[in-house]
Formats: sequence, structure tokens, C-alpha cells
Amino acid sequence: MTTPDTVVNVGADLLADAVADQAVPVTRVDWRPPMEGTAADLAVVAADPRRHAANERALAAMLGVTATLVDVLPASEALGLEPGQFLHAGPPIGWDRAPGPLRGALMGGAALEGLVADPEDAAALFESGTGVSLEPCHHRSAVGPMAGVVTPSMWLFVLEDPATGRRSYCSLNEGLGKVLRYGAYSPEVITRLRWMGDVLGPLLQRAVRTVRDSDAGPVDVTGILTQMLQMGDEAHNRNRAGTLMLLRDLSPAMVGAIGSSGVPVADVAEALRFIGANDHFFLNLAMPACKLALDAARGIDGSTMVVAMARNGTDFGIQVAGTGDEWFTGPAQLADGLFLGDYGPEDANPDIGDSAITETAGIGGFAMATAPAIVRFVGGSVPDALATTRRMHEITLGENPRWSVPVLEFQGTPTGIDVTMVCRTGILPQINTGMAGRLAGVGQVGAGLVNPPAEIFPKALARLAELVPGRHTS
Amino acid sequence: MSTPDPTHVELRPGAYADSVTLLQVSRVVQGLAGVLAAQVAMATPLNIEVLTGMGFEVPAQAGPNDLVVALRLEDADALAAALAGVDQALRDANRRDDGAAVVAPPRTTASALRRSADTSGHDAVALVSVPGAHAFVEAMDAVEAGRDVMVFSDNVPLDQELALKRAAAERGVLVMGPDCGTAVIDGVGLGFANVVTPGPVGIVAASGTGCQQLLALLDHAGVGVTSALGVGGRDLSAEVRGLATREALRRLDEDPAVELIVLISKPPAADVTAEIEEYAASLATPVELALLGPGRPDLTAAAEAVLRRLGRDVPAWPVDRPAGSRPVSPGALRGLFVGGTLASEAALVASELLGEGGGHTFVDFGDDEYTTGRAHPMIDPSIRLEHLARAAADPATGVLLLDVVLGHGAEPDPAESLAPALAGVEQPVVVAVVGTAGDPQGRDRQVRALVDAGAEVHLSNAGATRRAIELLGETR
Repeated sequence: MTTPDTVVNVGADLLADAVADQAVPVTRVDWRPPMEGTAADLAVVAADPRRHAANERALAAMLGVTATLVDVLPASEALGLEPGQFLHAGPPIGWDRAPGPLRGALMGGAALEGLVADPEDAAALFESGTGVSLEPCHHRSAVGPMAGVVTPSMWLFVLEDPATGRRSYCSLNEGLGKVLRYGAYSPEVITRLRWMGDVLGPLLQRAVRTVRDSDAGPVDVTGILTQMLQMGDEAHNRNRAGTLMLLRDLSPAMVGAIGSSGVPVADVAEALRFIGANDHFFLNLAMPACKLALDAARGIDGSTMVVAMARNGTDFGIQVAGTGDEWFTGPAQLADGLFLGDYGPEDANPDIGDSAITETAGIGGFAMATAPAIVRFVGGSVPDALATTRRMHEITLGENPRWSVPVLEFQGTPTGIDVTMVCRTGILPQINTGMAGRLAGVGQVGAGLVNPPAEIFPKALARLAELVPGRHTS
Repeated sequence: MSTPDPTHVELRPGAYADSVTLLQVSRVVQGLAGVLAAQVAMATPLNIEVLTGMGFEVPAQAGPNDLVVALRLEDADALAAALAGVDQALRDANRRDDGAAVVAPPRTTASALRRSADTSGHDAVALVSVPGAHAFVEAMDAVEAGRDVMVFSDNVPLDQELALKRAAAERGVLVMGPDCGTAVIDGVGLGFANVVTPGPVGIVAASGTGCQQLLALLDHAGVGVTSALGVGGRDLSAEVRGLATREALRRLDEDPAVELIVLISKPPAADVTAEIEEYAASLATPVELALLGPGRPDLTAAAEAVLRRLGRDVPAWPVDRPAGSRPVSPGALRGLFVGGTLASEAALVASELLGEGGGHTFVDFGDDEYTTGRAHPMIDPSIRLEHLARAAADPATGVLLLDVVLGHGAEPDPAESLAPALAGVEQPVVVAVVGTAGDPQGRDRQVRALVDAGAEVHLSNAGATRRAIELLGETR
């Protein structure tokens, strides 16, 4: 036997003291009872002989993915989306339970597609359900920020994992304030979307294809994420550096389109101005990059790793590697944060959007330490930001060697949320988010920090426990 | 009549703060007395839209590099205080908090092992004592990290023990427990462990206090113990079949410092005994089986067998007698124990000498029946002290027999509360003080205090029991 160089003590402090008295270093676990009602399921899942290897496999699969920007296409082409088909953020939901911002975005989307002349007329259309259908972005390898509404004519970024050819999709970011994804549908919102469809989308397609087909190859979105995390972005609420790096990579080809494709100079200038003025433009690349990586871990039996966290403004849902496509849902929470203008908590809609895919992949709130400015959304301090990232390591399976946090000695971001660890510690994933107005048409009212509803993790755990082979049912 | 509330809009060119800071500043300023609405923001197009929506008129020359301070006040007199508030909020937003970022402790065994692996802990061991319903999950963390684990917790379901030990066997990890009270790993004591010098003996024990008795006796005889590995009371059951015992035997066999391995256990099922004997025979190091039970040697006899096998002399086990003697009146033997194995050993010795019946009792206050909702009596003596007082007041009590177990983990000074209690007892008292001179409580000091209180103190629990029976016999 070799002398223990450390004793990890979990339980009675007195036993730790007895070891410390022998001059042996002791690491004391701050153990607390698990979430209520989870002890039996935790034991069943812990005993699942598949779990450890399955989680290693899920984590490795996710970390093995790189996302490259290979195309920009209308949703009708990229996903075969038909007129009347609408994608939305979060787990499945119908019009009857859809919250204000999602309704507003759907109404604006219906107007954009010409299904109605006036967005206000769309409510009746969705109520009747005739000729319209709603489906989560996640069910189509896509993600959408906030309301996440995608219609056939909207242009999407197409990301691809070069190793497998798998793809993921996300819309183009409209900017902040009164925008469709926050539920606004005023004429200026529709006008902007039309410009994005007529000018920005086709121009980006030319530029992205030119870059893709050049010697340099397609824009490496995963690589930009690596760099931006070292430049103060956490890639959810802060995407400044990422947006500028994307501009750096695309603008020569955008300008080149003036000569090669006869795109008007004014259009290129306007597109460059639009992207450069929108600090969140890169968010819509960060999200599908995370989606692409996490989808690689889906369907691994026995794995307790979360592969999606998403909200539709009414429900917060998670999906887990070992439970197939099942959603585990609970009520979406209100964010704690700061409000624009006169808006206050009573104006805010509960948490909405697929953007929590960033936290699911270990960035956003999980990488708070690398973007300390974000913590001020709740009046926190820089030590709070460091503590948040460290805390997320308590509920994750590993670290991302690509995405590291300089101020934490380049420790990798906490990656692969483990349902069992959430249930054991009661530590909930920390999500950075924007806040949409509660009423359709309002738009953004603030930004802040939010957590999932705690009960969805015990729900997922219970299902994982049911799926353990040979489990004794009594 | 009503006049519009006074507003104040001010541009501060060249002042910059990020939007998050400014949202925070705005919130602070909105909360100031006399302020109805406030927005402090960079004059970006979006913010100008917000400000306009709030009813402020933003000067046309405002640009994105200008800071706008826009206030709506209850009356104009509030302006100076409000502006001072804006400045203060801007300063506060940039305050520096020099408080050191304290790293929060790990919340799970997995996290703790991961952290320790980053620094030194390449030979980390986990020690689990959370409530039994939760122990398995923590212990699995250690097994999956390839670390040996001692499970002090009791009430761990058998199927969980099996799952834990099967997973451990696949990885060559040692699981000590569940319900393992004592281990010494290459000189480091875990749980309730006595301080002994390293030496030629290695112990595998399915019993905590049985192991401690052996450690104490061998220490007194001058024979050191390198490691004593607990395996839990169920390890040699027909279900678990010695999964941990095999691993413990293998580890001790590999240790060049170990010349003789002693396996202490209640007698396992016959087929399990055969399996373990077969495994033991395959090892290079000799294994002494000390199986406790009716018709078998007690712990002291086992220690003596070990000494003889090592070619050492068997010493006279120490007995310390009080100055005077107490009168013995007819009655029963009352055994009040903190050590489970010590209690059953005493009961066994007594039944061999006295036969069944006679009203003699041997209570283990470490049993689940007494420990629910309270600490083990080796840590918290109160329950035994209560029962001691009751037994002493009972006219049916002839002789009192107790154990005191010393070592790491046990209460720092057991004699402190026990000696005064014994001093007031009328019946003869015999105590087995199981410990070594090196124990933190100091065996000599403990023995002195108990002897001064009128107790007769033995090192051997079997010896103490025989003496108590002898005293009882004096009345016959």
C-alpha cells in the first residue's frame, strides 16, 4: 500500500479533522443532501454499468466536433421549410400556450411570408391552425435565439462538421431592440427582415461561398469561439470580438462581390455597417456551432449528459443524451437583471430562446469568468464571475481543451452538464439571457441571468433510472 | 393645474461606460429620492429611441460616443442631488473589490478528486460518511476515478454494496466498507484508528473494533502493523463473497513490508470460507485466519496466535487495579459497549463460561437502534452514560463491564465524563481500554483516570470479560 497523499472527506467533519491531525492533506467536500426525492434514482443511475463509459463517449463526441461556416441559404432550401411551416425556439408548443413574444414573432413571420397583410390578422390564423404548423428549431437541426421563429424565406447560416458532414442551422441576427425575435412586429421590423432577405442573405451567401471555396477554406466558427473567449466574450450575451472577427473573415469577399457579382456598393456598405453595428451578430453562429457539437452526443444510451437546454417562453426544456428525443420541461423562469428604459420586472416575459445551447456547450453563463462585464447584470462583481464558472465545473463532466479561460489559468470551460450532478448538488446551470417583453410586439426589455426550473433535472433523472437495463422494479 | 415634471437631459461627450454598467447606473439613479425616471446611456441610435420613447428630447448632435444623462424629476430642486447620485453611481460601478476570490469547496467526491488530481493527489483516498442512502453515489465517484474508498456510512443497501464492489473489482480499486469504522493505510488512520508503528503485520478486517483490539494488543507486544484494511461486516457474506477481502489481501500481499496477513471476521458461509482460503493460499504472503465465533479463539487469542507465528513472545496483557475493592452483591453482568465486536466477544465469552440465561446483558450502543439521529457513542458518550446510570441504580446489576476505545476519530478524552460517572457507582466495574500509548487520548492517562475512579482496567476485552465473570462468581 502507498501512503495516501490526500484524503477526500465527504461527510462527518470530525473524521476529516482526525486525518488532518496526522498531517495528511484533506480535501473537504461541502456535501449536502441531493434534490428532494432523487436519492433512489441517483443510486440506480450511479449503478448503471453503462453510465461512466457512455458519458466519456458523449463528452468526447461533443468535443470532437468542429463547426465551419459553409453556406447561407433560405430556410426553404436549407430545411425544405414549406409556406405555413414555422419553427420556434424551445420545446414543442402550440399557439394556445405560446407567450407574447413568441406570438408576436409568429405574427410578424406570417406577415413576412405574405400569409396575412397585417400582422394583427395573423392571430386568427394561428388560432384556427389552418394551413400553419409550429415545430421546434431543435427538431430540424436548427437553433433560434429568443422566439427563434424561422419562416421559409428567412436566410440561415449553414454550419458543417467537416469530419462527418453533419450540419446545423441558425437565422441571421437582426440586432437589438425592436426585433422579431423579441416579439416585435412593427413595420420597421418587417422592413428590416425584408432587407435581410433581399440584400444581406444573398450577399452573405456569395461571401461565405467565396471564402469556403478559397484556399483558406470555410470560416472556422469553433476557432473564432476559441479566440473570442480570450477577448472578453462569453458568446451568449457578449459577442463583440466574435462579430468583428467574422467581419474580418468575410468583408474582403463581401467587398469583392461588388466587382464579381455586380452587387451595388451601397448594399455592401449597408451590410457591413449592419453587421458591425450589431454586437450580437456572431451569436447566431455561436449557437449553431454549439448545436452541431452537442448533437454528436445524442442517442448515447446510458449517458446522463444534457444535449439541449431550450425555452419557448412558457416551458424550459432539456434533452439528455441517454433519453432520446424526449423533452423534460418545467415553467420558464423570469430573469434577474437590468431593464431598458422604463421597463421593469412586470414587463418581462419568462425566459425564452434556444440560446441556452451555448451554456449547454460550456460557454455563455458557464464562461462568465472570461466576460466579467456580464456579471454586472445582477450587480455582481468580478469574483462572482470567477465563482460562477468554477461552480459550473461542479455539475459538468469535463473541460473543453479548445475553449479556455485565461484568468482561471487557462482552465477549459466547464463542459457537458451531468443530470446526476445537478440533482446531487442542487446547483443549477447559470444562463445569461436577454429579456423579451411579456406582450406581443414590445421587443426587448432587458437582459440578465436566469436558471432552469429545478424540477426538470429530477424528471430527466427518473427517466434515466427507468431506462437502466435490468433495473429491479418494485 | 398641472405643470410637466421637470426634465434634465445632458450630454457628456467623451465619457464612456459599457452598456451593462450604464443599465446598472440607470437603475441606481431611478431609485434616488425625487427621481421619477432616469436613463444614463451612450447615445446610440437604439438608446436614443429608448430615450425618445421615455419622453426625453435628446439633442440632435448626440452621437454614439456621447454619454447621455436623462432625468425626470419631481421638482427642479431635486436636480443637484440627482446629478450627484449619477456621478456616485458611475464611480461605484467602477469600484474595485479587492476581496480575494475564495475558491468554493467541492460539492461532490468526483469534483474533489478531480481537483486534487490537478495538484498532488495521485494517491488520494476517499472517506465517505454521509448518510447511508447517499453513500453509494459518493463512493462510486471514487471507484470511477480509480481511487480507493473507505465507506464509514452504515445502512447502505446490500445491492448497492454489491454494485460498488463489482465496479471496484473491475478497476482494481479497494472498497473498505460500507460500515467500516477503522482503517490504517500505510500508517495513516482513517475513521476510528489507533496510532501504531509500522511493522510486519497487515490486517484485513470485517470488523472495526475487532481490528482496533488487535492493533492495540500487537502494539503492546511491540509488533507493528503497516496497514489494516477494513472491508465491512457483510463482505464475507454469501452475497458479496469477499469481493473487497480479495482485493485487500492482494494489496497486502504486494506490499513488501508485510510478512504476515491477518484476516479477522465472523465465520463466513462455508463455501465462502473455502473460496477465501483458496485465494489466500495462492498468495506469497502467509495469511492467518482469525474467525470469531462460538467455539473459536477470541481476539486476544488471535493476537497471541499471530505473535507465536511471528516467533515473538506473548506478553502478559496489562491489567490495572484500583486501590480498594467494591463489594459484590448478587446480580447479573451488565455489559455496556461502544464497540460492536467487543460487545459480541464479551457475550460469547460469557455464554461459554456462564451458559445461557442468568439475565446478563451486552448492549452495543453503536448499533443502529441507538445511533439513529445521533453520533456514534465513540464520539458522543451521552447515551451510554444514561444507561450506565440506570444500570448502576438497578439492584439486579452485579458487575459492570465497559469498553473504552481510543484512537483517531474517537472523543478526545473519554475518561473526562466516564470517570466521574464510574466513581459514583457502587458495583465493581471492569473496563477494557482499547488503545495504544501513541493514541491522541494517551492510553496511560485514560487508564489512570478510570482506575482512580475505582474501575479495574484491562487491555484485553476478553480478559476484562473473564475478570468481570470472576468477580460475579465471588458472590456464589
